[in-house]
Amino acid sequence: MADAPKLVNITVDGKPVAAPAGTLLIEACKTVGIEVPSFCYYPNLSLQGACRMCLVRVEKMPKLQTACTTGITEGMVVVTDSDEIRQARKSMVEMLLGNHPLDCPVCDAGGECELQDMTFSYGAAESKFIELKQHRDEQQWSPVVYFDRPRCILCYRCVRVCGEGMDVWALGVDNRGAVSTIVPNKQDHLECEECGMCIDICPVGALTSGAYRYKTRPWEMKHVGTTCTHCADGCKTTLGVRRSDTGMEIVRGDNRDKSGINGDFLCIKGRYAFDFANNEDRLTQPLIRKGGRLVPATWEEAFEFVGRRFKEVLDREGGRAIGVIGSTRTTNEENYLLQKFARVALGTNNIDHHRTADFPAFAAALHGKSGATASMRDVYNASAILLIGNDPTEEHPLLAWQIRNNVRLHNARLYVVNSRPIKLRRQAASFTQVTSETDFTEFLGGDESLASFATREGWNAVRDKLRAEQGLVIIFGSEIFGEDIQALARFAASVPGAKLLCLGDYANSRGAADMGLYPDLLPGYFPVSGAGKFHQEWKITPAAPGMNIGQMFEATKTGQLKALYVIGANPVGRLNVNPSTLKNTFVVVQDMFLTETAALADVVLPAANAYEKAGTFTNTCGDIQILKKAGEVTTAKPDFEMIVRIADAIGFDVRKLVPFGHGVHADMGQSRGAQSGEADQHAVWLEANGLEPKMSPFDPVATLDEIQRLVPGYDVSRTELLAGNDQHTSIAAMGPGTVQNPELIVPAKNNLFSSGTLGRYSRTLNSVIENKDPEPADAVPTD
Amino acid sequence: MATLVSHPDEVRIVSKRFGQGATKIDRYLELDGYKAVRKALGMQPDAIINEVKNSGLRGRGGAGFNTGLKWSFVPKQSVKPKYILCNGDESEPGTCKDRLIFEEDPHSVIEGVIIAGLAVGASSGYIYIRGEYRYLLEIMQKAIADAYAKGFLGKNIFGSGRDFEVYWHGGAGAYEVGEESALMESLEGKRGVPRIRPPFPAVVGLWGGPTVINNAETLASVPPIILAGAEWFANLGTPKNGGTRLFCLSGHVNKPGVYELPMGYNLKKMIYEVGGGIPNGRKLKAVVPGGSSCPLLTAEEIDLPMDFDTLMKAGSMLGSGGVVMVDDSTCMVKFALRIMKFYQHESCGWCIPCREGTDWLDKTLTRFHSGGGIRKDIDNIQYLSENMLGRTFCPLGDAAALPTISIVKKFRKEFEDHLEGRPCPFEKKGTVEQLPVFA
Repeated sequence: MADAPKLVNITVDGKPVAAPAGTLLIEACKTVGIEVPSFCYYPNLSLQGACRMCLVRVEKMPKLQTACTTGITEGMVVVTDSDEIRQARKSMVEMLLGNHPLDCPVCDAGGECELQDMTFSYGAAESKFIELKQHRDEQQWSPVVYFDRPRCILCYRCVRVCGEGMDVWALGVDNRGAVSTIVPNKQDHLECEECGMCIDICPVGALTSGAYRYKTRPWEMKHVGTTCTHCADGCKTTLGVRRSDTGMEIVRGDNRDKSGINGDFLCIKGRYAFDFANNEDRLTQPLIRKGGRLVPATWEEAFEFVGRRFKEVLDREGGRAIGVIGSTRTTNEENYLLQKFARVALGTNNIDHHRTADFPAFAAALHGKSGATASMRDVYNASAILLIGNDPTEEHPLLAWQIRNNVRLHNARLYVVNSRPIKLRRQAASFTQVTSETDFTEFLGGDESLASFATREGWNAVRDKLRAEQGLVIIFGSEIFGEDIQALARFAASVPGAKLLCLGDYANSRGAADMGLYPDLLPGYFPVSGAGKFHQEWKITPAAPGMNIGQMFEATKTGQLKALYVIGANPVGRLNVNPSTLKNTFVVVQDMFLTETAALADVVLPAANAYEKAGTFTNTCGDIQILKKAGEVTTAKPDFEMIVRIADAIGFDVRKLVPFGHGVHADMGQSRGAQSGEADQHAVWLEANGLEPKMSPFDPVATLDEIQRLVPGYDVSRTELLAGNDQHTSIAAMGPGTVQNPELIVPAKNNLFSSGTLGRYSRTLNSVIENKDPEPADAVPTD
Repeated sequence: MATLVSHPDEVRIVSKRFGQGATKIDRYLELDGYKAVRKALGMQPDAIINEVKNSGLRGRGGAGFNTGLKWSFVPKQSVKPKYILCNGDESEPGTCKDRLIFEEDPHSVIEGVIIAGLAVGASSGYIYIRGEYRYLLEIMQKAIADAYAKGFLGKNIFGSGRDFEVYWHGGAGAYEVGEESALMESLEGKRGVPRIRPPFPAVVGLWGGPTVINNAETLASVPPIILAGAEWFANLGTPKNGGTRLFCLSGHVNKPGVYELPMGYNLKKMIYEVGGGIPNGRKLKAVVPGGSSCPLLTAEEIDLPMDFDTLMKAGSMLGSGGVVMVDDSTCMVKFALRIMKFYQHESCGWCIPCREGTDWLDKTLTRFHSGGGIRKDIDNIQYLSENMLGRTFCPLGDAAALPTISIVKKFRKEFEDHLEGRPCPFEKKGTVEQLPVFA
């Protein structure tokens, strides 16, 4: 750590303020609760001094000074509020409103508009101008970005966040004076990453979202901060929900709650791709195959049928004839429950999921080495980053944001090793292009026999530089697996303070791995064959490893596998399974859509998605975060509930799966969460009816209790977690792990605009893809 | 080509080679050209700076900052290269002096740039010439090429072992770029928008390097100071206002033109003796003393010496030397409108008060002059101007506000004469489209 900077003492409105030298006056004021208004100032973006709202009086200065551009100096005496200052701000607002259309009643930003707020605080009630306003028609710049010039106050926040924050530079300023206007990079439209940051950061309604505009008034929504269900980075997204005839409809995703690990950031998926939830193809009732066709059934009928058929298989052939495939997008509690259901209720280790990274090998490499993993926050603060493989700009947008802004704001040194010239090389202090996967190994191992090659000598130089770094974070993608992770960990051990980060692909890929969706590993990477606390606690656990996904589908061909239980996954589509091989297997699928797998199932149960339930996700860094229920589709059920109901239908005592009863823990947000006030309403309702809070068997909190108790490294602060803060879990504290069969690790290869199966059902993502200039069409991956 | 004027009271220092064919380098050399730089090559940098400082030379672009002092702010040691930047983006209405220097004596600017470079330790300089002065660019290009050919620029200048490069750059047509930090942005190929200061150009300027930015006339004044000494120059003017300056007489005056007069020359004398008075027997109504950005002086306020400090005391500015006479046939509402149209057009749009303020003032004044004014507008024009003043990002907002405020204050009656739908008393009937009155 650098030495603490020298404190400078100033006086603001008579209050003493001490802040580090170089602090901007506007920021120093915040530390004592004095808010200096501004439009153009935005933390971590370049300074503008353009809006003149933050004018303050600094003693000994002849003119009012902009607090956003003035650095504090010792003994500075500042007044932030006086008649003179209020008049200055009032006149700025008056001048802005001179050309502003004042169409607040129909403006998307009405009610959450900084210009409205500023007018309320400082503005005049009387209009001094009778001149015609300048009008220009609104423009559509992309499927998701609309621009309404007359509302624009030219604060240039959009231009800066696009350029400085995103390194996209798709927005600029055209013309000058009163006819200055923000313009897109392609004359009349945008070619960009469609992140929507420009919309989020716009203080007024000049930039609006194609997915949201004119849908509702902000105050008609409830706002639920939850975790994004798309990539593995785990951004917090605030979903605006509104009552609809099918429950609660999600009408907007944005980033109004800046408290998440993503700070200001959200990509297109976190912001707009919640719309799969409202897709018309969504399943609305359970389906049972009768006479070769899937026909609607009641929930009772469906659970009873599944229970009966599973029981038949269990009675006849035992658990080894049943396979379970879990999801990378269900919660930790659901994944934990699922593998426990498989192992305890079905008595099988035939459980697997779509693996996108070799987390078991990562666990093995770091076993017992506490403090050697990097959180998403560490990436933003590390003094140096080594990025091996992957293209975070496309596959891990938040990670890319953290890297870029760490380089931009903290002068971190970025070392990129990749087989492709990825975009992040623009921030890189060094870019090493390797040509094949074996090159990665050589780069890591530094095979001295090859040192005579010129390029290899270059690698040695990079390795030497890396070894000299303090606080290095090493990030690697799916190019590195198995023994290579061991090699990388050895390299990391040679660099003092180095931390590692392993990149998986889906929202809860890491959680699925941590929760033991493996045929040979229990939660926390403990081998199934061992005799640990899981064996003691669960009493019956099969000791032999089960079948992996590939083996399961092989076993359906030979008739060994009689039943397959698939939750939130589409292995048939992904592995291109021949439908005829499943004709003698009883297949149960829980999903939102009739995927390739669901279409072949005997029973399909409509599932709620991650935005419609409570629980936790673990991002690829191992940061655990809470999910709060935002949307609701009354015809779907959370996977958690369905697993319990099926266990019950088999005749299994569900108390052995989920301990429930009198609750001792806070509501996790199974109702819509404290942010919307509904938890309080629920408490009032309980009180009024003389009831005590009680947990139902479908409440995941009890399972979270068990996870925190039994999975080492997950014993993070529950208070922090419930408050919506990220908590870094420790893989080092977990079990010994193992090196996996690399063929089972298949990266999702999602880009900015694709998101496995979910992406296929997002109208917004599809419309953006259709509007892009044609590029070589990679098949959209499935999960 | 400009027609040159003269008057016996003139003291020809900067303009001494005007009309002498000094654009040709050999002729320039005959007329003491490049002597000062040869002398400066033998001087210590601090000695050059002190000479300029002591001469009382103040920036001729309008701000009037002591030139030598400005040079002394440049750090001695710098990791990044230092630059000399000649501001030739002369765009102030009423000011047309740099144009004559470029046209008649381009080498004096080059020589000034080199000397400034020697003083602060820079080895390259840029001469930025207003975009509309396209024809002057050709003259400057040739002058620079000739200086290179003679070995006065490039490697080992004058055989001294020192190197110095000079580049020319043409503007793209923005008044705003006359502001020094906007000029640097423009020169770097960006939008002509001013920079936040601090850091000041002397520390972080062009391409991030320490930079001296001086007006063309300021730089052209440097060689005579080096040759004849600080004391000589200082004694030409009044205390703290050393030397002479080029005054550009225009508007309602019999003998318009650029005259080089000692600092502190009496304004009344300048108008009636040097300029030959007001044409057609009309009476003087007002004077713009230093370019359109300056508050106007009434005919009663003109008996004063033209130096930076006196004008400041009189509530106006010496500015950039553009002295514009306004006679009693002029409608001051229209005059305010014309000035505002200029600033509305030239506002870069960066900050709210200048961008929106000039636009609304333009609209309101247009309506007002056309008979659509209401009493409230008069206060509103003043209100808007006063709320722009001192609160804009750069001085352009002040430049728009100051003359407007002075016109409303000093000629309020003329505004009142336009009220209640009355046609402009100064315009011929029917020449101004009458707008309806909204009451």
